[in-house]
Amino acid sequence: MITLGHYLVVSGMLFSLGLAGVIARRNIIIVYMCLEMMLSAANLALVGFSRFHLVNGLPDYTAQSLVFFTITVAAAEVAVGLAIIVALFRSKQSVDVESVTKLQG
Amino acid sequence: MPPLLFYLFALITLGFGFLVVTGRNPVTCALALAASFVGLAALFLSLDAYFIGVIQILVYAGAVMVLFLFIIMLLDIKSEEGKKLNLPAIVSGVLLAVLLTLQIIAVVGSTELAQKTSQDTPLSLTEAATKIGKAAALPTISNDLKAGTLPDAKLIGFTLFDQYGFHLQVIGLLLLVGTIGVVVLSKRERSAP
Repeated sequence: MITLGHYLVVSGMLFSLGLAGVIARRNIIIVYMCLEMMLSAANLALVGFSRFHLVNGLPDYTAQSLVFFTITVAAAEVAVGLAIIVALFRSKQSVDVESVTKLQG
Repeated sequence: MPPLLFYLFALITLGFGFLVVTGRNPVTCALALAASFVGLAALFLSLDAYFIGVIQILVYAGAVMVLFLFIIMLLDIKSEEGKKLNLPAIVSGVLLAVLLTLQIIAVVGSTELAQKTSQDTPLSLTEAATKIGKAAALPTISNDLKAGTLPDAKLIGFTLFDQYGFHLQVIGLLLLVGTIGVVVLSKRERSAP
């Protein structure tokens, strides 16, 4: 049978994949995609807990409201982040994270 | 949901997620991420979260991925073939990811709560119709519950507007600030004086 643990493990693996991508990849756009993956993994854990913690015989809708807010914030974050990437590309002609070293000592 | 479908959708989510991390061409990565989100939406549906599953597809697989693809094609980013790999970063990234996964599996395996199945926690819709207080006063919600269907979107809407009205307005403000920020950021700068 599928337990809450199964969902939590899938969520953890998706988060780890995103984390590995953020650390290992050098293309800023792909780093951004991996960030989105990590946010979605957190959403999966939240919805899992919501389903398996019943309030009056219904899923816990507080958690699902939090997921709603997370998705909204993620959408806003992507819009602003991609605008920053476009501005960065205009000044550096590259989307490589290693092309941005101005703050390096 | 039958266990087979759970494993199928988990495989779709994680397999395409792996493709995002390893793909060399940004367009491939973006399309793989969209497929991964569709698998994730199916997992949400299996958890009786129909509204969240639908907005996952609409917002992530629809709007966000179109934005990503638009930027990739606008900037005309080539796939990074022939570039040498950043070996220390890859080794540390994979190591950290494996450690985190093992840690989560260990914690989940030793927790009582994680052994719950959906049989242990069945939804009791008709019973809930009498218990949920203020929400049950709305005929549209209580009629759905008595008819044995889960009024998922209605209950989320009720929770949002009943308990989190202020937070909803803050989110609205955030979206406004985000919109203005994007316009300011993408305005072409005048030539320096």
